Amino acid sequence: MKETLLSLEGLTKAYPGVVANEDVSFDIRRGEVHALLGENGAGKSTLVKTIYGLVKPDRGRMRLNGAPYEPAEPKVARRLGVAMVFQHFSLFDALNVAENIALGMENPPRPRDLAARIRDVSETYGLPLDPFRTVGDLSAGERQRVEIIRCLLQDPKLLIMDEPTSVLTPQEVTILFETLRKLSAEGTAILYISHKLEEIRALCETATILRLGRVVGTCDPRESSARQMAEMMVGGELLVPEREPGEGGAVMLEVAGLSAASPRPFGTALRDIGFEVRAGEVLGIGGVAGNGQDELLAALSGELRTKPGMVRFKGDDIGRRGPNERRARALLTAPEERMGHAAAPDMSLTENAVLTANVREDLSRHGFLRWGRARAFAELVIERFDVRTPGPDRAAMSLSGGNLQKYVIGREILQRPDLLVVNQPTWGVDASAAAAIRQALLDLAAGGAAVIVISQDLDELMEISDRFAALNEGRLSAPRPARGLSVEEIGLMLGGAHDMEVAHVDA
Amino acid sequence: MFGSIDPSLLVASLMVAATPILLAAIGELVVERAGVLNLGVEGMMITGAVCGFIVAINTGSPYVGFAGAAAGAALLALVFAALTQWLLSNQVATGLALTLFGLGLSSLLGQSYVGMRAPSLPRVDFGVLSEIPFLGRVLFGHDPMVYVSLLIVAGVWAFLRYTRGGLVLRAVGENHAAAHALGYNVVAIRFAAIAFGGACAGLGGAYLSLVRVPQWTEGMTAGAGWIALAIVVFASWRPWRLLLGAYLFGGVTVLQLNLQASGVAIPVEYLSMSPYVVTILVLVVMSAGRAPGSLGKTFHAST
Repeated sequence: MKETLLSLEGLTKAYPGVVANEDVSFDIRRGEVHALLGENGAGKSTLVKTIYGLVKPDRGRMRLNGAPYEPAEPKVARRLGVAMVFQHFSLFDALNVAENIALGMENPPRPRDLAARIRDVSETYGLPLDPFRTVGDLSAGERQRVEIIRCLLQDPKLLIMDEPTSVLTPQEVTILFETLRKLSAEGTAILYISHKLEEIRALCETATILRLGRVVGTCDPRESSARQMAEMMVGGELLVPEREPGEGGAVMLEVAGLSAASPRPFGTALRDIGFEVRAGEVLGIGGVAGNGQDELLAALSGELRTKPGMVRFKGDDIGRRGPNERRARALLTAPEERMGHAAAPDMSLTENAVLTANVREDLSRHGFLRWGRARAFAELVIERFDVRTPGPDRAAMSLSGGNLQKYVIGREILQRPDLLVVNQPTWGVDASAAAAIRQALLDLAAGGAAVIVISQDLDELMEISDRFAALNEGRLSAPRPARGLSVEEIGLMLGGAHDMEVAHVDA
Repeated sequence: MFGSIDPSLLVASLMVAATPILLAAIGELVVERAGVLNLGVEGMMITGAVCGFIVAINTGSPYVGFAGAAAGAALLALVFAALTQWLLSNQVATGLALTLFGLGLSSLLGQSYVGMRAPSLPRVDFGVLSEIPFLGRVLFGHDPMVYVSLLIVAGVWAFLRYTRGGLVLRAVGENHAAAHALGYNVVAIRFAAIAFGGACAGLGGAYLSLVRVPQWTEGMTAGAGWIALAIVVFASWRPWRLLLGAYLFGGVTVLQLNLQASGVAIPVEYLSMSPYVVTILVLVVMSAGRAPGSLGKTFHAST
């Protein structure tokens, strides 16, 4: 048994109206890779923020190396050897890599020395990175490397990683795991938060499972099945989406030679994309974020107009039609960004229903809104998709990510689309809500609609797609039947590992 | 048509004309780089103008007057800071209110000072240097505040570029949530930036009431604070471009005044608008920068 590095004793933290952590106790041993599992809202974030000194617990104690540990702020935590790689929100786009790293250090060396140390560490751990590049121009994987190196430069004893693999390609995940195993072998403990149970089984030695703020179990992930762990997380049986392989119906959407410049600065142009989707079929489109997903969705939704002949829906050329005309023809979309794109954060759920369902659900007449109908539609979405909210008058931003996602997807599905395009349908959504969303998409396809799912989560795509294609730098690979594709084949379709090599790691 | 205008005099006077705007703008640049949009520059400038004037009259020293101007305007800026950073009020609305409040407050404070004359600020004596033809007059014939303003620009540039404090300030302006997550005190850093911005605006205002005019008149800033705000944006939040923008504005202002005086056959209205048009055109053509990521957004530490 390795000796204990950090022990948590009875940590409790309550926010108004919700207990985030209740009497949480467990130990993390030196050099172990310890998984922290739980659904959204189970209290994982609050717990790691407590350990990192961002949140002060109401009750309970922590001991680090046997000594009382009460970090008042992250600086103290970092000085004592606790480092954290954030899920998001922690890099500065306009600054370069070295500046970003300097900001996370207590006593940063001079810029030139720092650049040399960054190169050193990045080579030792197989994470190539140029210290002088602007962070805004980096890929998601590279951005994560910045955060990891920022932590490693401080020789952490405990490294906290919050959902580190959600934006990585399979090859990048492999490299990350090599790095983490090497760190663990050197005696650094890792507290690893993830939804992806297979990853935890591959990497972690111990798992602590949280539900509604309490520790509900501990297990050895190498000896438990993903299903067992998932059921401990949700506290019940987990429904795995099921489907019958569909017979391809009539061609619903035909895209040919679709090329378009991105409407955003730093966006990715679409290049000669061609595919078709049939009624009753789910087409999965994989790829790392920033390879044209947003642009493809925009071209299909009508936010981005295209030249004649590029996009045909039910035989009509719709390239120059706007979103509402496409909605009227039963082509509906749900974009990735929930706050601000799929939903207006400050507006109520009813108002958000009107924003996309006005045309098909007949929610206005002569320019006046029909509030009764709109509210009834919103209530229907809430009921049918099990959206947890006090009512349709609540602002969209008051919902948790998973609930809002269920609402956004449900709102489109209940409008009876003939083609539904969704981008990242289960991003940041917990296991049971994700399963519900996937099931709803499959049911929609089974009912005869065509569905396009754009996602970075390959497990998800493999689970629900009939055919799979990969988007890489604005180009789409030829779709292939999803059944029987191996991870390596998918990785190749995704265009390799983005200038990463598995070498160096043993150096 | 330029025959009657002496170029060295033109350059020298453009520097003087630009100094109030330059001071106010460099302060606002720091505030905006910290992610705060303070539209109250005009109000802080005129408060500085009146505070500086009152202090200078009562002490007889223009230097103490400038210190008083900086302190008075910084105090007003701290009201803005408290409202926006602690009470989380909207920055745009609060900034506009600050301008209106500053205009009113200054006319109240300055009532009994109208028509008085400020103690004058001596020029810096550079000895023989000021006798160099052209350059002597342009570079070495000014009062100390012109040099102070240039030193502040250089200082801000070096601070933002080379120091840790400057890096932290930029980080706070770029992404306040991330800076908070790394353990930086966003509110404290913004308070300091806002106070500095206020002090600079105050110096700029006092330069008007103590050097350029030098008298106290109600509403004497006459929109200089708004020009300062515009120059910050068009200079892409970079100190040296800001200097260029301010001097360009000052230059065209002086030039058009001279043209008006020499009776050129261009309608006065066109001449009067020319500084604004030229400055904005040039800076638009040059501008390539992007705003600090958190500019104008309210920060609330929710964790």
